[in-house]
Amino acid sequence: MSDAIIHEVTQSEYKYGFTTDIETEVIPVGINEEVVRIISAKKNEPEWMLEFRLKAFRHWQTLKMPTWANLTIPEIDYQSISYFAAPRKNAPKSLDEVDPELLKTFDRLGIPLEEQKALSGIAVDAVMDSVSVKTTFKETLAEMGIIFCSFSEAVEHHPDLVQKYMASVVPYTDNFFAALNSAVFSDGSFVYIPKGVRCPMELSTYFRINAVNTGQFERTLIVADDDSYVSYLEGCTAPQRDENQLHAAIVEIIAMKNAQVKYSTVQNWYPGDKNGKGGIYNFVTKRGICKGDGSHISWTQVETGSAITWKYPSCVLQGDNSSAEFYSVAVTNNHQQADTGTKMIHLGKNTSSHILSKGISAGVSHNSYRGLVRVGAKAENARNFSQCDSLLLGDKCGAHTFPYMEVNNETAVVEHEATTSKISEDQIFYCNQRGISTEDAVGLIVNGYAKEVVDKLPMEFAVEAQKLLQITLEGSVG
Amino acid sequence: MLVIKNLHANIDGKEILKGLSLTINKGEIHAIMGPNGSGKSTLSSVITGHPAFEVTHGTIEFNGTDLLELAPEERANEGIFLSFQYPVEIPGVSMVNFMRSAINEQRKYRNEPAISATDFLRLMREKKELVEMDSKLTNRAVNEGFSGGEKKKNEIFQMAMLEPKLAILDETDSGLDIDALRIVANGVNKLKSPENATVVITHYQRLLDYITPDFVHVLYDGKIVKSGGKELALELEARGYDWIKQEVEA
Repeated sequence: MSDAIIHEVTQSEYKYGFTTDIETEVIPVGINEEVVRIISAKKNEPEWMLEFRLKAFRHWQTLKMPTWANLTIPEIDYQSISYFAAPRKNAPKSLDEVDPELLKTFDRLGIPLEEQKALSGIAVDAVMDSVSVKTTFKETLAEMGIIFCSFSEAVEHHPDLVQKYMASVVPYTDNFFAALNSAVFSDGSFVYIPKGVRCPMELSTYFRINAVNTGQFERTLIVADDDSYVSYLEGCTAPQRDENQLHAAIVEIIAMKNAQVKYSTVQNWYPGDKNGKGGIYNFVTKRGICKGDGSHISWTQVETGSAITWKYPSCVLQGDNSSAEFYSVAVTNNHQQADTGTKMIHLGKNTSSHILSKGISAGVSHNSYRGLVRVGAKAENARNFSQCDSLLLGDKCGAHTFPYMEVNNETAVVEHEATTSKISEDQIFYCNQRGISTEDAVGLIVNGYAKEVVDKLPMEFAVEAQKLLQITLEGSVG
Repeated sequence: MLVIKNLHANIDGKEILKGLSLTINKGEIHAIMGPNGSGKSTLSSVITGHPAFEVTHGTIEFNGTDLLELAPEERANEGIFLSFQYPVEIPGVSMVNFMRSAINEQRKYRNEPAISATDFLRLMREKKELVEMDSKLTNRAVNEGFSGGEKKKNEIFQMAMLEPKLAILDETDSGLDIDALRIVANGVNKLKSPENATVVITHYQRLLDYITPDFVHVLYDGKIVKSGGKELALELEARGYDWIKQEVEA
């Protein structure tokens, strides 16, 4: 019975699959040094930035796409992608100048871009295709010395900060996609929280891919100086298209002494249709460094979209007494594939990390957790606890766990627990008998399963995440 | 209220119910007794629509509606409640969330608006007292880590919340100590009204000391083979089931 229901629930449609009819400026497809130069020129970048891009591009040419992930990735023709698409109009100075079509798009996405809506206390930087459109609340934040702007603006107005921190956590030599991003990245967000400042509102970026055949390569750089605090949200959507679209982002976080950074993502890129046609290929490098003593970084992610997800938000625990957390819910349905997890690199003394991963697989999807916990020789008293749970809906999907541990200090305590469970027919019938339909029962059970992670999200995001979990699995259990 | 005629039902191709007929009117309490494997739990599963069972013959009508045409959740929303013999655990789903979903589904079915938060909490408090249920339990996930007795008490609590027209208690007494049995039975008695009916499925007469049935039926080999008043339960307690089997086979 449950198979029939699982089959049914997995047939839901992507609800954000609209495109926005606005003029875009796209450069021709293909990648070479000339394209890198064009992108840099279009953004009026200084020489050092162009040099960085070119070095990254030359390095990228020496690399091959990695194949170690538990993913079946169709060949990607990097010469058939356009590496830059921008809404054609010049950067708006105020909300009135923003293309009304664009505003409508954000409206449909439920983004509080308009300042009156911003009473909810979220500052938003919206990145559409390749260009950052508008950052709300900039003035309010500036009074506290907080910088929250698009990456391009940061390059222009805060070159010292960008030069100091960019690529310090994820160098362009890190991996294939990091090199590609470093060569062609178009825009993204930049955050700097000065010493002792507690950012009074959630900072938020929404990414949306709109134009056909474009890749989106954004960079986010967050620097939290001594004794500061910031909570950062990232949301992602893309319209429904038959072709696969490429997304390769970089996120870098630097937490100085006693700083705390909380990074939350609800990723809802278009996952492709029921038969696996279309969808976003999401190859993202996210890494933070707890640079100062007593610093803290936490990653929370709810991953419901993308045809392919390749993503390991990681943390280097360099400062003594620093700590990091990774909370993840990854849902795959239909033909989606996800290989996601984290790396916790313990270098400082008395560092601790906590990993909680909840995978949910339905349809004929594959969901893998891949995690590395490394304890360096000098990391006295390192602690790690990892828990990886998998929930299966139906019997055609797969869940896999690949935990790696490298412990080079005998005072370390590293623990790993893993469970796999299925939604049982008896649980569904129990709910049915209380008047709850099978679809609602699945939603209830899945949200119950994911609760520990969803509870870590800021309120607004938590509500959205709960809805997404239910929508993603609609039609998937009987 | 409930009219079952010549009911035949299979599980995995094996016939368990073999021509069962039973009529229950509102205001009545019926006890169904019988040896192991006679089909008692199958009967409750078939009435509530468990998908593992297939009805091959016969009819079940509930207040004039053909029950066999309805999905399990529709039967529940029509007012049929099953107190499970083995209530399942649903990790992470709080009792509060679970009950609010159930109540709101019932209200939606009746075209009533969703219950307000204050009304819901008031209802929870009221019903918890009725079945002497500890708040600690209702703050936890559904049945997660509950003892056997707590699970049964939780079933009666849910029954109190949903106020069914027909309640089926499937071996609710099994695994209960005498105090828990008294609390559960008190709950059932307090919920009794001239408008609703109760079916008590049990092995032992013990529960019937607390819940007094109007009718007692003996289920044997998929059929009701003997019916009587509450004295039949006492006779079964004293003499066992062998004499019934002999009567049937004679």
